[in-house]
Amino acid sequence: MEMMLALAVGTLTGSGVYLMLRARVFDLIVGLTLLSYAVNLFLFLMGRARIGAAPILDGQRAANLAEYADPLPQALVLTAIVISFAMTALMLVLALRTRAETGSDHVDGEEPR
Amino acid sequence: MQLAWLALLPFLAALVQAALPNSARRSAAWLAGGTALAVLGLLLSQAPAVFSGAVLRWSTPWVPALGLDLGFRLDGLAWLFALLISAIGVLVLLYASYYLSPREPAARFFLFLLLFMGAMLGVVLADNLLLLVVFWELTSLSSFLLIAFWQKEPAARAGARMALLITGCGGLALLAGVLLLGHIVGSYSLDVVLASGAQIRAHPLYLPTLLLILLGCFSKSAQFPFHFWLPNAMTAPTPVSAYLHSATMVKAGVFLLARLYPALGDSSAWFWIVSSTGLATLLIGAYVALFKHDLKGLLAYSTISHLGLITLLLGLDQPLAVVAALFHILNHACFKAGLFMAAGIVDHETGTRDMRNLNQLGRYLPVTATLTMLACAAMAGVPLFNGFLSKEMFLAQTLQPGLPAPLRWGLPLAATLAAALSVAYSVRFVHDVFFNNPRSRPSPQLPHEPPWGMRAPVALLVLICVLVGLMPQMVGPLLASAAQASLFGGQPGQLPAYELAIWHGLNLPLGMSVLALLGGGLLYLFWHQRVDLHTLEQSPLLGRLNGQRGFERQLARLRSLAALLTRGLQNGSLQRYLLCFVLMALLAGAAPYLAQCSLTFSWRPGSPPGYVFSALWLIGLLCTLATLHAFRQRLLTLVLLGAVGLLLSLAFAYFSAPDLAMTQLSVEVVTTLLMMLSLHWLPKESRPERQRWRTGRDALIAILAGLGSAALVYAVLTQPFDSIARFYLENAPALGGGNNAVNVIIVDFRAYDTLGEIAVLGIAALIILALLRERGLPPLAAQLGGADNDRHPLMLSVAARLLLPLALLAALHFYLRGHNQPGGGFVAGLVLAIALLLQYVAQGRQWMAARSDGDLRPWIGWGLLLAGLTGVGSWLFAAPFLTSSYDYPRWPLFGHVPLTSAMAFDLGVLLTVTGATVVMLNAIVRLSASKESARWK
Repeated sequence: MEMMLALAVGTLTGSGVYLMLRARVFDLIVGLTLLSYAVNLFLFLMGRARIGAAPILDGQRAANLAEYADPLPQALVLTAIVISFAMTALMLVLALRTRAETGSDHVDGEEPR
Repeated sequence: MQLAWLALLPFLAALVQAALPNSARRSAAWLAGGTALAVLGLLLSQAPAVFSGAVLRWSTPWVPALGLDLGFRLDGLAWLFALLISAIGVLVLLYASYYLSPREPAARFFLFLLLFMGAMLGVVLADNLLLLVVFWELTSLSSFLLIAFWQKEPAARAGARMALLITGCGGLALLAGVLLLGHIVGSYSLDVVLASGAQIRAHPLYLPTLLLILLGCFSKSAQFPFHFWLPNAMTAPTPVSAYLHSATMVKAGVFLLARLYPALGDSSAWFWIVSSTGLATLLIGAYVALFKHDLKGLLAYSTISHLGLITLLLGLDQPLAVVAALFHILNHACFKAGLFMAAGIVDHETGTRDMRNLNQLGRYLPVTATLTMLACAAMAGVPLFNGFLSKEMFLAQTLQPGLPAPLRWGLPLAATLAAALSVAYSVRFVHDVFFNNPRSRPSPQLPHEPPWGMRAPVALLVLICVLVGLMPQMVGPLLASAAQASLFGGQPGQLPAYELAIWHGLNLPLGMSVLALLGGGLLYLFWHQRVDLHTLEQSPLLGRLNGQRGFERQLARLRSLAALLTRGLQNGSLQRYLLCFVLMALLAGAAPYLAQCSLTFSWRPGSPPGYVFSALWLIGLLCTLATLHAFRQRLLTLVLLGAVGLLLSLAFAYFSAPDLAMTQLSVEVVTTLLMMLSLHWLPKESRPERQRWRTGRDALIAILAGLGSAALVYAVLTQPFDSIARFYLENAPALGGGNNAVNVIIVDFRAYDTLGEIAVLGIAALIILALLRERGLPPLAAQLGGADNDRHPLMLSVAARLLLPLALLAALHFYLRGHNQPGGGFVAGLVLAIALLLQYVAQGRQWMAARSDGDLRPWIGWGLLLAGLTGVGSWLFAAPFLTSSYDYPRWPLFGHVPLTSAMAFDLGVLLTVTGATVVMLNAIVRLSASKESARWK
């Protein structure tokens, strides 16, 4: 399973990077979204992938805290998800604005000569 | 303590001066002059102690870790220089207050002069080498400001820049040298350094240290080949030239040579480097000076030549030569400052400094002419003037019996030649300006004598020249204490015997002097009669030997290299920048492993994947790869992207992270909505790229990045694991009053972080609003094109209406239970936003506009305010910002309901998230409204 998770992160990263390097803003944004998936998953996995661990303290399993899922990467990733949403939105609107100003959806704001 | 006042008084006065308006000329002048007088007075009050051989000290620790004290030290050498700085400072300030025209910002000028005076006093008084370097740099900076005082003139700016570059680079070299010196000696204290000369000279790092420090000194004192900045600095106002470029700043270099003589001198390296540099500078300066038409240019080269003379004397490594050098520093400062002021008077009165345009000024300026002639006589070394005495000592020193063979006759010859040249240019100065030279053109304006304030300083300086020339014994104690300090640096030592007298009998130096006087006169006559100096554009022979040209060429080369680099890296293509960025990130990620670390994998079998997981994984992988294949069809890409996000949230749920799963799911919905909306205004397909090679290159980079991150993840996942999770799990109920540790971390442990993040979210929403605002711009929608003829299906419309109250309830539920169960402000806020946005999708914009203006901007503000106030509230209980408290009061009907202050914070999060999300989408939705309105018009 570890290998599969690693491959998942790798695929997301690679696809994200490839699309990020495209010339059109929309493709770039799709790439960024994929990359942020990869990063979020990566961060989350730093707390290890645990199946069936308890996420909520319920007082019964408190004797063994190792039974619980690691809350810290979760908290970090949670805010990261929201922030990457804000970033995506901002990029999209920048793309709209750039297109309105220059008539092009090329990353550089003009069609390559 | 008086010592500290002495050094810091100009800086304090500069602070006051900075507050004065430029119109307050009189008070500015009085403040500056008064400060200089006060410094002079303080200095004179220390004279008896210093002349008795005492070394006064004052210090207080500043940066002890660096061995840096704020400390001052006054001995004979420092006293001599401080006297020059303060006394000539007083005269220059008096002169300047008449020299500046009423239009010029006098307060600023005096401010810079005071700063310079303070820096210069700091250089001579510092008792720590690091402190000395600090003040040294300050002199460079303040001299930059002073040279560029007439900022509007390009020449002034260029001259200032050149001076700053050269002296600044020299200062860096000096710093390096001083650091080496401190490394050798183990201390930066001047007393320690001066006492360990033998240790320094024996150290293997002696030569680099010496070279670096000499670089600093030579560049500051305008020694060949760094001399060319000084003539270019003549664009400065004349008082500045008189003060900085004759009497004080350019003497800082020779001061440091004299200061460090006990530590660095007395070695063959010192002898050869310093004396040959001095000799070259002496000859070149004197020769070039003769051919300068600009009065100040002539004086500048003459200054260079005299500085070379002083350097040569210090380089001869003889105690008597050091005495002569110090004597000449004093004499040169007097006559050269006076001559600069005289040149300033001529410039001021006639409007030109070009000797080709000056003639017979003796008629109009009899007093100035007399004073100038006397000062020139001192400069030329005419008997009965002070310049004669030190020049005699210099000539005598060149006749050392112990010199190596070629120098034994070469040095006296060169010295006599230089003396003759200095006679020649002095004669030229006087003859060209004040007497009848039929080749000169008339000056632009008819001069008359300047106000007394400009003549008095010259007169005083000339008086000193004459007095010292007639009664040299009067400077005896001053010179003796300075020489004692310079030669022995506070250690006991016996000064060599010398006699300050006009008449030493008929000897060889006197013969050389007479030869120089006659030869100089003849030289001028030859050049004047035979060649006509006025027709020469530059000095013959040496005109091409020009450090300035090489300097400018190197500078231009550097600039074009910088331009090349900039053009190569920043060609304006964001695509290129992103590529550089990705490559750098790859490199930064790989660097540690390339260097020393290695990724350690433990190839243990790992946990077997379940069927569900395997299936989900496969779908996710395929969807991701499918986006790569299909990304040119954007709508399809969006569907695939949504699928990937959905699978990610399933993965979070699978791996025991329900909070994440919920957040990912709701963000996914909003993001997809947003992208669909924007796609309305963007091309539906990506054009294929023209350059095929890009695709291959990017694919390679992407594969590398993917492999790298996969390897990293695998390595981490197979390592044994130890987390700080235990702390949060243990303390979440006890300190935060909640069982959902994730939520407690967000609203309590790391609430500060969260506050920042919702602020970012709010700001992003406002930026989007601003970007799409149309005021003053042609309607964006019209430029973007695209049609808006969506119909809203009835089923969806009805379902959405029914869903709204349910969604509101769900949001409330998530919010309320968030502290103890999966949920919380982020999720609740997103659910609420989705419920509202769904109405836009299902009912259409007009339907929504009829019911609400959809302006949730205030929500952002209220949310942030609430979250912030919750944090501030804890101050009322004398707790740090954002400390939370909790209680479980019993409520009627509901029973025990957790009530924590973090709930208020979480409500702020909810409001901001909802507000920001709706505002963002609403801004895009409104684009179509503007298009319609445009159409209606």
